[in-house]
Amino acid sequence: MEELTGSQILMRSLKAEGVDTIFGYPGGAVIDIYDELARTDIKHILVRHEQGAVHAADGYARASGRTGVCMVTSGPGATNTVTGIASAYMDSIPLVVITGQVPTHLIGNDAFQEVDIVGITRPCTKHNYLLKDAADIAKTIKEAFYIARSGRPGPVLIDLPKDITSKITSYEPVGEIKMKSYNPTYEPNQKQLKKVIDLVLEAKRPVIFAGGGVILSKGSEELTEFARKAQIPVTMSLMGLGAFPGTDPLSMGMIGMHGTYRANMSTGECDLLIGIGVRFDDRVTGKTDSFASQANIVHIDIDPTSIRKNIPVATPVVGDCRCTLKKLNEMLDRSNLDGIGEKRSAWFKQIEQWKSTNPLAYSQGSAIKPQFVVEQLYELTQGEAIITTEVGQNQMWAAQYYHFDKPGHFITSGGLGCMGFGLPAAIGAQVARPDKLVVDIAGDGSIQMNSQEMATAMQYGLPVKIVILNNGYLGMVRQWQELFYEKRYACTQMSTAPDFVKLAEAYGAAGLRASKPEDVIPVLKQGLFELRDRPVIMDFVVEQEESVYPMVPAGAPITEMLLV
Amino acid sequence: MNEEKHILSILVDNEPGVLSRIAGLFSGRGYNIESLCVAETLEPKISRITMVTKADSIAIEQIKKQLHKLINTIKVIELTGQDFVQREMVLVKVTAKPENRAEILRIVDIFRCKVVDVGKEHYTIEVTGDEGKINALLSLLRPIGIKEIAKTGIIALNREPK
Repeated sequence: MEELTGSQILMRSLKAEGVDTIFGYPGGAVIDIYDELARTDIKHILVRHEQGAVHAADGYARASGRTGVCMVTSGPGATNTVTGIASAYMDSIPLVVITGQVPTHLIGNDAFQEVDIVGITRPCTKHNYLLKDAADIAKTIKEAFYIARSGRPGPVLIDLPKDITSKITSYEPVGEIKMKSYNPTYEPNQKQLKKVIDLVLEAKRPVIFAGGGVILSKGSEELTEFARKAQIPVTMSLMGLGAFPGTDPLSMGMIGMHGTYRANMSTGECDLLIGIGVRFDDRVTGKTDSFASQANIVHIDIDPTSIRKNIPVATPVVGDCRCTLKKLNEMLDRSNLDGIGEKRSAWFKQIEQWKSTNPLAYSQGSAIKPQFVVEQLYELTQGEAIITTEVGQNQMWAAQYYHFDKPGHFITSGGLGCMGFGLPAAIGAQVARPDKLVVDIAGDGSIQMNSQEMATAMQYGLPVKIVILNNGYLGMVRQWQELFYEKRYACTQMSTAPDFVKLAEAYGAAGLRASKPEDVIPVLKQGLFELRDRPVIMDFVVEQEESVYPMVPAGAPITEMLLV
Repeated sequence: MNEEKHILSILVDNEPGVLSRIAGLFSGRGYNIESLCVAETLEPKISRITMVTKADSIAIEQIKKQLHKLINTIKVIELTGQDFVQREMVLVKVTAKPENRAEILRIVDIFRCKVVDVGKEHYTIEVTGDEGKINALLSLLRPIGIKEIAKTGIIALNREPK
């Protein structure tokens, strides 16, 4: 057995997990780890704020399909990661977060830069550890990666006291992990699948509702095959966009508070709703009593707690989405599907009618419309860019007007709704996919929450593009104030903001601005393609009081939409 | 929907922080804990938590699933609805004026409890039993004057086939 320091064991363990990139920020408690890290070939991306490190690792994980890793120091370094961890937890993103801690003999003494980060993050991690012995490092790292990526994925935090990172102990590589208390169910119950197939064959008005679980299980191809074989229209949650091709005739777009008219109406009218890798959250269901009230609801999910948490489910299936869909496809192959399309022809006609009477729409005016910017971005990039978003109107317009045909191309803080997510996530995605055009669709409010990460993009030559839909407001809150608070715009006007062109230039990046509709395409072309090699901020001065439609007021049935 | 009492027996890793994960799950999701009893099992790496909670049928399903989801939870068994034995121990400090002592000792005798401490003006009584027995004893002692009580919370095990 080899004698190694805790830091050396940590590096060996991370290498054994295939880690090639760490997003982080050094400090006193992790100085020994950093000293060792610098001797390895693991790439370290030095962010400008620890929240950025976690969002970047999140973006990296989603763009690569692997586990994101970040490392920060104790105390404030650790607390700054909490928002990022909570966001990854809500969206089930596999992350391993390593935090430094004060030496073991000082724990509990209110030492300098001491905080109980394991206590703080207990409710927003899948699991977390405080290590007190260097001999536990190798096994814990192995376990942490296994927990983070298996079952319903999520962030795992490991708190490492400084003294154990320098302590010498014997190291032995760890083999496969088997845990008595953790054993997720991948294989679905065959009897339940048989019920699902019977329902699929019988249904006259079926709908598939697909979510992030399909993407996380890498089951998009299986979903596409299933929907096409069984001739079932598909709607997606925000997290599910890209799980099924957005341009496929069977796609109805996004469901929920800002979902399409046909997606919401069809959910209200369907006789079978197959939820796959979703959790029926309140932004999707609206008033739960009237959600899919005529439907037999099938719910496929790897996490049993998701099932029957928010809505009653007649046919639960606990299992991995990809594995389940694969089996369903095999069963469909053995079923008689003759005339299945005809059986649903009236349903497809109805959906087509909803689509043609109330498509996603906006009116052009003398000012730039934010929807137009996203639409043109989609056209110019031919749907091939990786899009990250901030949170609010920018996020909803991105979801509505950029059509995602593939998974891993839409990266957004769905569950937590975390402003400041988009830029660091774009940085992480760009690290994972250097070949891809990565665009952060931002608002003027959100971008100011983590704009310091421009320096990170510059330092590592990451040519991310930031499209700011600049309306001078915290637009989504303003929209609620307009609709439900008699236009009392309490504290939502951002009358002072930096000159975003100059801000870009201050970091050494390029800054562009469009103020008139005719500037939009030239600015996009220049920012995306002519300045392809560097980070660019494109500031689109848009219609100030534009709102996102359709909109379902909070707590209303999703079939009761405010339309344009 | 009707809230009912449920007794859960939960096997968990015997590690620091596990109890806090369980307590945090209950407080964070708005469930309630009526009583909680934790100790090591024969296997020192495993602890048994016996918990009494009040919940309707939908909430109890979530509670059991959420408990099971915790990485440190090995097994969640609902005893309510099964055949099981339950016990709770209570120490009752009761005012024991000379004129009441005979009465107290008679009650102690009837309920097969024990006087475990005698003070100048107080007896401390140890009683073990199910909820019904304990409540009956307390209602008889209350008029005499109970100074304070300490309860262990319920522990329970399922019955084996006869």
